[in-house]
Amino acid sequence: MTLLGQFALWAALLVGLWCVAIAFSGRWQDQPELARSVVRSVYAVFGCLAVASIALWKGLISHDFNIEYVAAYTSRNLPSYYIFSAFWAGQKGSLLFWAVVLSLFASAAQLLTPRRYAHLMPYVAGVTAAVIAFFVSVMLFAADPFERMGFTPADGRGLNPQLQNVGMVIHPPMLYLGYISITIPFAFAVAALLSRRLDGGWIQAIRKWTLVSWLFLSIGITLGMWWAYVELGWGGYWAWDPVENASFLPWLTMTAFLHSVMIQEKRGMLKRWNFGLIFGTFLLSIFGTFITRSGVIASVHSFTQSNVGYFFLAFLVVICVLAFTLLYTRWPLLEADVRLESMVSREAAFLFNNLLFVGIAFSVLWGTLFPILSELVKGTKITVGPPFFNRVNVPLGLLLLGLTGVGPLIAWRKASTANLKRQFIAPSLAGVVTLVGLLALGLRDLYAVMALALAGFVTGTIVQEFYRGIRARRRMHGESAPLAFGRLIGRNRRRYGGYLVHAGIVIYFVAFAGMAFKREREATLKPGDSIEMQSPFGHTYRFTHLGISQYEALNRVVSAATVEVTKDGRRAGLMTSEKRQHVDSFKRPTFEPSTEVAIRSGLQEDVYIVFAGAVNGTEEAVYRFNLNPLVWWVWFGGLVLVMGGLVTMWPGGGPVMTGPRRTHADSYQVTLVGAGEP
Amino acid sequence: MTLSRRKFLEQLALVAPVSLPAIKSWAEQQQGDSLAGRGATGTLRDPSVIGRPRTPTDHKENDSEIQAIEQQLACNCGCTLDVFTCRTTDFSCTYSPALHREVLALRNEGKSAREILDAFVGKYGEKALMAPKPKGFNLWGYLLPGTAIGAAAVALLAVLRRRAAIAQTAEPTPVPPVHASPDELARLQRALEEVND
Repeated sequence: MTLLGQFALWAALLVGLWCVAIAFSGRWQDQPELARSVVRSVYAVFGCLAVASIALWKGLISHDFNIEYVAAYTSRNLPSYYIFSAFWAGQKGSLLFWAVVLSLFASAAQLLTPRRYAHLMPYVAGVTAAVIAFFVSVMLFAADPFERMGFTPADGRGLNPQLQNVGMVIHPPMLYLGYISITIPFAFAVAALLSRRLDGGWIQAIRKWTLVSWLFLSIGITLGMWWAYVELGWGGYWAWDPVENASFLPWLTMTAFLHSVMIQEKRGMLKRWNFGLIFGTFLLSIFGTFITRSGVIASVHSFTQSNVGYFFLAFLVVICVLAFTLLYTRWPLLEADVRLESMVSREAAFLFNNLLFVGIAFSVLWGTLFPILSELVKGTKITVGPPFFNRVNVPLGLLLLGLTGVGPLIAWRKASTANLKRQFIAPSLAGVVTLVGLLALGLRDLYAVMALALAGFVTGTIVQEFYRGIRARRRMHGESAPLAFGRLIGRNRRRYGGYLVHAGIVIYFVAFAGMAFKREREATLKPGDSIEMQSPFGHTYRFTHLGISQYEALNRVVSAATVEVTKDGRRAGLMTSEKRQHVDSFKRPTFEPSTEVAIRSGLQEDVYIVFAGAVNGTEEAVYRFNLNPLVWWVWFGGLVLVMGGLVTMWPGGGPVMTGPRRTHADSYQVTLVGAGEP
Repeated sequence: MTLSRRKFLEQLALVAPVSLPAIKSWAEQQQGDSLAGRGATGTLRDPSVIGRPRTPTDHKENDSEIQAIEQQLACNCGCTLDVFTCRTTDFSCTYSPALHREVLALRNEGKSAREILDAFVGKYGEKALMAPKPKGFNLWGYLLPGTAIGAAAVALLAVLRRRAAIAQTAEPTPVPPVHASPDELARLQRALEEVND
């Protein structure tokens, strides 16, 4: 099967290069059969990479330990679902995963894009094929997933214990899907520039793709936070690690694009800026891949150091030069249709929103690269960790949260003083009441209080928007409140889905603010010993160590430390944190012992227990106990955000005419001034 | 020889107070695992699978000042975590416990938090800190993002103000006549009222 796999990779490379050559030569414009050939070669590349993927999966499932990748990431006693996910657990497999998914997306783009964009599709095929060809080249010349060894070990090393988590089965593919799908909007943008068809068509064509990409990135980032929280055991979910930052960067620029594209759609402005954002987002996704795979910056998440980093660096530079040169050559064709009419307008608010998104992206990128820069300038190594990022980015994040509430309150084109007064009074009141309430409760952490007060303001904005919409529907159509709520969202999915996304962001910020009040304590307990902790919400927890039991499981020896937990004197249950020594099928240890955290999640706070180890081989256990406020809301915020995203991208949802004139009013549409979207 | 039931119970009553504690002690010695709430500590069947042996923690581990100092110091095992987080998370790391002992030793010498951080920088270089001191070139690290965003915001404001001024002085764009039926106009009016609400 490895021969078949390698043959399939070579075939994918050759077909991909054919596609690139024909697409960029432009000869397909005169010869329709060449245009068809370009498009069909995308399907052929997908077919080749699907064969290669099946070959690798076959090797993984059949425990062909002569294949270096299979021996490095699986073992005979590895549960089957982790054998499945081992496909993308390592450098080489994840490159193949990237290539095959991109070829799938490229094929889907060719199949699903309406015929009115046919003039763009050969260029789109050429760009996607070029990116695929790059990934296949990296595999063939630097990271071959089908590489065989000179001997066959009796068993493989197995999967890193930290990757043996259900979150790691889902989280990397989600992030990859986000990263990979960015290529499609990038390809459309390049195609629009090459074809000089610079009307709003390409924007319409990529709308769904940008949302898909943003949605996958959002899910991937949230799942990554969840994995870090339950698996890494340090008690938090975000550490500003370079690889975490690398996933955050394209999310920020993509979110900026999702806002600024509305200005182009509605007002014909920001055309150049939108091209820049799409190019920047694609480049940041490749940059993230470079960071993760080059080892240039130390990270707990990165793959082992290898020479593929040079490939990615070269690719990054080439793409950057080509894309921005192309943009420069088309600059005069990208004049705005209209000029901004007032500084107090939705357009201006969106511009500042974009400035902040891009500014935060720059700030995160700057912090991620600053150790390298500082070493170059000063010759000394430095560490840039969470204290740096929090100091620089938290104020910017709070500003952005504030703008989340301001944007939807300002009318398009020009807002009058009366309009501003009417719009701002209730949300501002909500913010002030929250602030006063928090101060009265004795909260003094500046950033946390600001975050919660701003969350009150933005919530006020969202509630006001929904309230007014529902009230208007009830008045006009006589609908009940729940029906009006449902139809309000259903008839204007983009606008109200956007508000749901904003609600998810607000919930995130509230949850992040909660972590400012976390409690932490270490303790050494003999069986029967207890300690007490007071939670920020005033609850008293008592933890009693019951003992340590040891037993064997499928691919590990488990030492389980059990704690009885009471909350305010009432028994809350038993919690068990584990030490796991993973072994291969010959019972030989494969990795250092890993820790499995015990978590009891609640709406107010999480009880988080880490079994650090035993004293002198006895049942006397060393624990770390955490009481982490509002963590549940991080996951809930993620859910709301994803639901909002799904509502926004769900097909249909335009205004539906009712009454006798419906049949001949289908093409009738009025764009209402002041009824913009978030 | 037969033993009546009464006799048996009488002898048991005599022997029990003496023998029960001995039986209990023997039983406790036999079982490896301890019993919850009894305070006894049994030995583990296989201590080798549980990682590095731990020493009991004391009150200094929970000293908030020690924790605060350690959260500003980077572990030098390559994990990218601070000393406190690493020593309470990565239990295979041998660096962070050693660094923790160094912090405790310096604290016992009566050094302040600032002096301890300086001592670490002196010994391990600036990379010992989780974030560089905002001095010299590193000050740029802190200031540049905010300054760049601030400068961009000022520039954006200036551009917007200029364009808005041009738009206000320019001739208003002629509005094409609307060809709509009274019914359509009425519906438009209702929709506008809805928005104005």
